[in-house]
Amino acid sequence: MTQKLLPILTVILALLAAWYVAVVPMNIKSALTTAERAGADVVPAGAKERRDLSTIGLVAKNSFAIPATFSQDRPRLPAPHQVASELWKTTVEKKITSKRSLVFHAWITLSATLLGFAIGTGMGILLAVGIVHSRAMDMSVMPWAIASQTIPILAIAPMIIVVLNSVGIQGLLPKAFISAYLSFFPVVVGMVKGLRSPDRMQLDLLKTYNSSALQSLLKLRLPASLPYLFASLKIGIAASLVGAIVGELPTGAVRGLGARLLAGSYYGQTVQIWSALFMAAIVAASLVALVGLIQRLTLKKMGMS
Amino acid sequence: MSIVFFSIVVWIAAWALNVKLANGTASGTRLVKVIVPTLFGLTLLLVWEMLVRGLNVPLVILPPPSLVIDTMADNLAILWKDFVQTFLKGALRGYLIGCSAAILTAFLVDRFDFLSRGLLPVGNFIAALPIIGTAPILVMWFGFDWQSKAAVVVVMVFFPMLVNTVAGLRETTAMQRDLMHTYAARPAQSFLKLRLPAAMPFMFNGLKISTTLALIGAIVAEFFGSPVVGMGFRISASVGQLALDMVWAEIVVAALAGSAFYGVVAIIEKGVTFWHPSQRGS
Repeated sequence: MTQKLLPILTVILALLAAWYVAVVPMNIKSALTTAERAGADVVPAGAKERRDLSTIGLVAKNSFAIPATFSQDRPRLPAPHQVASELWKTTVEKKITSKRSLVFHAWITLSATLLGFAIGTGMGILLAVGIVHSRAMDMSVMPWAIASQTIPILAIAPMIIVVLNSVGIQGLLPKAFISAYLSFFPVVVGMVKGLRSPDRMQLDLLKTYNSSALQSLLKLRLPASLPYLFASLKIGIAASLVGAIVGELPTGAVRGLGARLLAGSYYGQTVQIWSALFMAAIVAASLVALVGLIQRLTLKKMGMS
Repeated sequence: MSIVFFSIVVWIAAWALNVKLANGTASGTRLVKVIVPTLFGLTLLLVWEMLVRGLNVPLVILPPPSLVIDTMADNLAILWKDFVQTFLKGALRGYLIGCSAAILTAFLVDRFDFLSRGLLPVGNFIAALPIIGTAPILVMWFGFDWQSKAAVVVVMVFFPMLVNTVAGLRETTAMQRDLMHTYAARPAQSFLKLRLPAAMPFMFNGLKISTTLALIGAIVAEFFGSPVVGMGFRISASVGQLALDMVWAEIVVAALAGSAFYGVVAIIEKGVTFWHPSQRGS
C-alpha cells in the first residue's frame, strides 16, 4: 500500500506546492494596488508604473505583500485553501435546496448526465448488436462511427439546445441529448469490439449446440463483451459529464455547474469558478470510480477478473 | 407529400443495394468497402434534403444540406478567417506547445521511477476530469484572442499526452533492457534505440486523442469570450441569430478540419511505427 500511495501523495503534494507558489506572482499586482491604497510603501509607486513590470521582480521588491496574495476577494488565482473553504461553505454549510449550494447545482448537471448516459449507452449497445449481426450495417455505419470520433462533436451543443428549445423542449432533455450523443460513439466502437471478441472455436461450439443467433448473443457475445463495455462506459460517462456542462453554457442557464462557471466568468468571481470546477472534478471522479467498482464486482462474479 | 414518399423509396432502394453489395461475392474488395459507406452517407444526405423539403421543416430547426453547401460557398472568406483563427492560431499552436511540453515532462519524469509511479495514476485521474471547465479561467488570464484558446488546448492535451508517453516509456521488457545492457549501451543509447521507439505507438495514441481534444478546446473556449472571428464565436453568434445554415457550415468545416488533422497524424504514425503489428496490415 505504501509502495503505491507514497509516490501518488508526493506528486499531489508537489502539485499543491506549485499551486501555492504560483499564487504569489499571479496576485501580486492587485495585492500591491490594494496595499498602496491602504497607505503602504510600494516599490515602484503607482499601479501604472507596475503594469508592465515582471511579477517576480515585484514580489522580490515588495515581499511584505506576499501574505495578502493568499486572501484576496477576487484573486486571479485563488489559493487552494480559499477554494477548499468555498467548497466547504457551498456544500456542507448550505441547505442543498438553496440556489447557492453547489450540491444543488451538481445534482442538476448530474441528472442530465445520467439520463443522457443511459440513453447513449442503450442506443450504443443496440447499434453495436445490429452492426455485429448485419454485414450491410457494419460496412455502412462503422466507418462513419469511427470517423465521427475525430470530429469535435461538442461544437454542435449550442445548436441542439436552441433548436430543441424552439420546438418546446427545455430543461433536462436537451442537455441529456448532448450527453447521450457524446457517450454514444465510444460505446458503439467498444461494444462492436467486445461482441466480436469470442473466437471462432467458441462460436463454432455454440453452432454445434444448434443455438440460435439470439442465444449466442445472450450466452456468449454479451458476456464476453462486458470488459470492453466497461472500458467504454468509463470514457462515456466522463464525456457525458462534459457534454452536460457544455450544454449549460449557450443558453445562459441559471442552474447547474456549467451555469456556475459562466456566471463566475461574467462577474469575475474566480473562487466560484474554481470551486465549481473542483465540484465537477469530484463528480467526474466519483462517476468513473463508481463504474470501476461495478466493473470489478461484475467481472469478479462472472469469474473474468 | 409525394416527395416524402419518394425519400422512403430512395432509402429502401439504397439500403437494398448496400445489403446486396455487402453480402455479395465482391464484398471483400476494396472498392465495395469504399462504395458501401459512401452510398450510405449520400443516401442519408438525400433523405435529409427531401424530408426537410417535403415536410416543410422551418429553416430555424433544420436547414437542408443544399442550403448549407450554398452558405459555405457564399461565405468562404468568413469560414477561412474563422478556420485560421480557431484552428491554425488556437488549436494547432496549443497542440504543438502542449504535446511537446508533455513529452519533455515525461522524459524528465521517466528518469525517476518513484515520480512516474506517482504521476501515472494522478495523470490518469486528471485526464478523466472535465478540463474544458478551465476555459473561463484561462480566458480571464490570457485575454480574448487566440492565446487563451491555445492555453486551454495546452491544458487539455497535456495530461493525456503525458500519461501515454510515460506509459510507453515503461513498455520495454526486462529482457530487452538486459540485451541493451549486454551491448554496453549507454543510458542515452538505450533510450534512443530501444525505449523511445517502443514508446512511439503509445505516444501516437496520445497524439491522436489530442487532435480531437485540441479542436474541442479551441472551439468551446470561444464560447467564453473571443474576438469577433473564430469558429466557436461564429457558432454561438449564428445560433443567437437562428442562422442555422451558418452553424451547420461551421460544423462541416470543424468536421473536415478534425478528420484531416487526425488523418495527418495517422499518416505520420504509419511512417514512424511501420514495424508495429497494428501497422503491418492484415
